[in-house]
Amino acid sequence: MRDAAALGATPMLETQDVARYFDVSRPLLQRLIAREPKRLLRAVDGVSFAIPKGTTLSLVGESGCGKSTVARLVVGLYPPSRGSVIFDGQDLAQARADASQRRRMQMIFQDPYASLNPRWRVRDIIAEPIRAFGLVKDKAAVEARVGQLLTQVGLSPLDGQKFPHEFSGGQRQRISIARALSSNPEFLVCDEPTSALDVSVQAQILNLMKDLQKQLGLTYLFISHNLAVVRQISDRVGVMYLGRLVELAPAETLFRTPRMPYTRALMEAIPDLEMTGRQRIPVGGEVPSPINPPSGCPFHPRCPLANERCRAERPALIPARGTPEALVACHAVEEGRDGGPQVEPAAVGAVQGV
Amino acid sequence: MSNTQPLLQVRNLRVEFPTRRGVLTALDDVSFDIHPGEVLGVVGESGAGKSMTGAAIIGLLEPPGRIAGGTITLGGRRIDNLPYKEMRTIRGRQIGAIFQDPLTTLNPLYTVGRQLVETMTTHLPLTPAEARKKAIEWLELVGIPAASQRIDSYPHEFSGGMRQRVVIALALCAEPKLIVADEPTTALDVSIQAQVIALLKRLAREKGTAMMLVTHDMGVIAETADRVAVMYAGRIAEIGGVRDVVKNPSHPYTIGLMGSIPPITHRMERLLQIEGAMPRLSAIPKGCAYNPRCPRVFDRCRVERPDLIPAGATRAACWLYDRADKEAAHEVAQTGYGEVRHA
Ligand SMILES: Nc1ncnc2c1ncn2[C@@H]1O[C@H](COP(=O)(O)OP(=O)(O)OP(=O)(O)O)[C@@H](O)[C@H]1O
Ligand SMILES: Nc1ncnc2c1ncn2[C@@H]1O[C@H](COP(=O)(O)OP(=O)(O)OP(=O)(O)O)[C@@H](O)[C@H]1O
Ligand code: SF4
Ligand code: SF4
Ligand SMILES: [Mg+2]
Ligand SMILES: [Mg+2]
Repeated sequence: MRDAAALGATPMLETQDVARYFDVSRPLLQRLIAREPKRLLRAVDGVSFAIPKGTTLSLVGESGCGKSTVARLVVGLYPPSRGSVIFDGQDLAQARADASQRRRMQMIFQDPYASLNPRWRVRDIIAEPIRAFGLVKDKAAVEARVGQLLTQVGLSPLDGQKFPHEFSGGQRQRISIARALSSNPEFLVCDEPTSALDVSVQAQILNLMKDLQKQLGLTYLFISHNLAVVRQISDRVGVMYLGRLVELAPAETLFRTPRMPYTRALMEAIPDLEMTGRQRIPVGGEVPSPINPPSGCPFHPRCPLANERCRAERPALIPARGTPEALVACHAVEEGRDGGPQVEPAAVGAVQGV
Repeated sequence: MSNTQPLLQVRNLRVEFPTRRGVLTALDDVSFDIHPGEVLGVVGESGAGKSMTGAAIIGLLEPPGRIAGGTITLGGRRIDNLPYKEMRTIRGRQIGAIFQDPLTTLNPLYTVGRQLVETMTTHLPLTPAEARKKAIEWLELVGIPAASQRIDSYPHEFSGGMRQRVVIALALCAEPKLIVADEPTTALDVSIQAQVIALLKRLAREKGTAMMLVTHDMGVIAETADRVAVMYAGRIAEIGGVRDVVKNPSHPYTIGLMGSIPPITHRMERLLQIEGAMPRLSAIPKGCAYNPRCPRVFDRCRVERPDLIPAGATRAACWLYDRADKEAAHEVAQTGYGEVRHA
């Protein structure tokens, strides 16, 4: 089913039932000897969402649920095994073939050090996309643009002389952002952009990303496993579990009244920083293997509401009873067995900002 | 808790690194106590000296780093000047260490059972058979399902969260009096993190184990620690009870740090942010190391270095709380960050 957000104005990005499988079989000869079938790891298995222009969609979920694989599919680093990715109304493969379209999307990675060439000066790192896309021709203009980008991310034009190792982690992430912005993109995919950073530096980067979105009208696909960070930056949030979306909702709805038992478990597992004495309830059990996912609903081995139907039949992502603005894949929600929308104590503090 | 004798006493600890360009001071005048059954959380930005403090206590400072001053006392005995061999015995028997990456602690070539049994028979008067029985108990205690069947598995046969629980069992099985845990849950998902934290808390309570818990995750601190030390540029900026430090901090750096944590409960238009970055060891400013970033800085801060003094319910290294600067302290209560935080 297509995300309703795709139905109005042309979204910046849409995925339709996109999937990516990895072949993790043993070498052919060994497999033949042991008479083993091919083994497929379904890292992403049929995900549909849309991101309206100028907004932020975040993806959350436990390690290994497929968030980074979605990021890579969406910028064309992996071709989909099934389904399609549509960038501003055009098939992604087509868009990628056209430099004037390609420059409109950029990606920011988790590790700000690994993604910067240590032997290049910062000004050359930032100028590389400008030169590659031939955006600005003469040397003085490139230099001016690099200086402007450095200023925009809170560094000094003089920092262009330096090498990446001369900067702190937060400053390096600023350099990655300046580089990503240098081709005047409209769509940024940010895969855990602050996970390697201290909270104080994280606050600087999140504020910067919000400012840039306001100034430049950027669209973000934001990936993080930190729900508090996601709450600060998102318009909508998708929760992934074993390669699928299990809940997709406006951010306020998702945090106030999470519906899917997995989303609720994730929120209840958040540490109680307010020290209200709330008991943190760990999500029981281990994440199952994506090579042999459980039958029916993939969450059923860990779900307190699981029944026979859950073990046999896979739930579809449909508008939730009681909070139809949220799409939820859960039989209990559909049948009304979950007790309806309930305000989540973990995500509603004494101080309500909204 | 303060009526018992402290188990660990760190006094005026100073750690130096000789380099080509001169001697760098990584830790300067660090002092704190940990009592039996108490969890001291240690927080602060990357590079503040948290791991260095832990490494100095367990006697595993990487050369050329060395303790250049101060004392470390465990159960009344000085341990900062012991020969390597003697320290190694203390490390296994009296101090357990948990590091961030479970793979660096576990030997991939041995089953987890063998590693547990060897640790116990080295440090405790147990026969191998008794130790094996205890190993199964420990694995059950840290929440490994079907422990008697999993005991002969190799580390790579466990998931990341389970491996970290095995590391905890290994650190605890010789029943040390003190545990130094450096970012024990950072590599784990929140779901598994909650399990590990609950376990560490239970052990501190039930076995009276003292713990130094290093982390940059304030949520973990709020839930686990009894007291918290906030480090900045190799020194303790503030130390006090967990509720006071987290909810009602005194030092401008702690106030900024707490304010920059994104809340899960609501969306903020902008997060409070501390401008700039922590100085490098080679360029620590004169006076208070925080002065170039501090919104409350005044003349004295640029000249004299503050020591920990009583400040509200905690102790903070900040001139605002010095009697001579009482007026300025009054001012911070009136304005300062107070307003920004509730905006
Ligand atoms: N190139 C690859 N070959 C084989 N398996 C892969 C490959 N890339 C990812 N996977 C597997 O696909 C699944 C999803 O991985 P992915 O990196 O997308 O997860 P993630 O949600 O980003 O996790 P994390 O939070 O740990 O970054 C995992 O089981 C992973 O092991
Ligand atoms: N071999 C070394 N030579 C010189 N300086 C060093 C050396 N090892 C560490 N340092 C410095 O000592 C300081 C303290 O480092 P430490 O590892 O204790 O920080 P930390 O607070 O644990 O940070 P993180 O949160 O990143 O783990 C840092 O500034 C670091 O750069
Ligand atoms: S479908 Fe069933 S098993 Fe899955 S989350 Fe809903 S109630 Fe739980
Ligand atoms: S001593 Fe001065 S500079 Fe340092 S934290 Fe206090 S007010 Fe700020
Ligand atoms: Mg990832
Ligand atoms: Mg460290």
